[in-house]
Amino acid sequence: MLEQGNIVSHICLLVGAFLILSGGLGILRFPDFFTRMHAAGITETLAATLIIVGLMIIAGWGIVQLKLFFILLFVMITSPTASHALAKSALHGGLQPKVKNVVDGDSP
Amino acid sequence: MKHILSTAFVLSIFWLANSGHYSVLLLALGAISVALVVFIAHQMDVVDHESQPFQLYGINLAKYFLWLIGKIVSSNFQVVKLVWQGKPAISPCVGWVALSQKTEVGKVIYANSITLTPGTVAMNLDDDRVFIHALTRQSLAEVVSGEMDRRVTAVER
Repeated sequence: MLEQGNIVSHICLLVGAFLILSGGLGILRFPDFFTRMHAAGITETLAATLIIVGLMIIAGWGIVQLKLFFILLFVMITSPTASHALAKSALHGGLQPKVKNVVDGDSP
Repeated sequence: MKHILSTAFVLSIFWLANSGHYSVLLLALGAISVALVVFIAHQMDVVDHESQPFQLYGINLAKYFLWLIGKIVSSNFQVVKLVWQGKPAISPCVGWVALSQKTEVGKVIYANSITLTPGTVAMNLDDDRVFIHALTRQSLAEVVSGEMDRRVTAVER
């Protein structure tokens, strides 16, 4: 595989792997459900993008590259929707976020 | 009608790109699938200006996407820093933030953009405000400052 990919794709894959590690660490370290969701957000945005871009470079011009692009597109559309659904239902289910202070954003 | 044609066009392109086989039989099966999906979507009443948002396409949308990508990258690195610094570095907070979009599509784009940038999650959506959970006070203040709100409203026009 090494001769097919170039240095850019390896950097993308390595940085993506590091970001997934950070996301996992954040899920373990952060105190409550809502803060953990932010850590998961790293994994589903930039980490997923970098891994897929790295794979797209390795795949080269063609139908596989296009399919990888579609995967990226759908992840970008579905993941915030899923996060929002999770947060809203957690809130609706009576789970209160642990907060240090409540900011009134109504009058910015 | 133009929404139906556009849906059929997008589905056909998607089918062709995913198949990779172009024999007559498979193309016919593809055409039947596309027709069936368009028919079902039409029956579900989801083929409209929201699923095919022509009115949004333009230079402002492209500019917004580029800006959003930059924003996602920078806030990703902020959150990664917070993860490695650990619990003392974060100051979780919640708050209602006013929004200025007029259409439902605009509001959904704004709320989804907030969720897509790590560090802030849109938890609820009203007619003129959005309820946000943020990892730090700074990231909530950034949303309150309203730069993203203005940019989404510019896309809407």
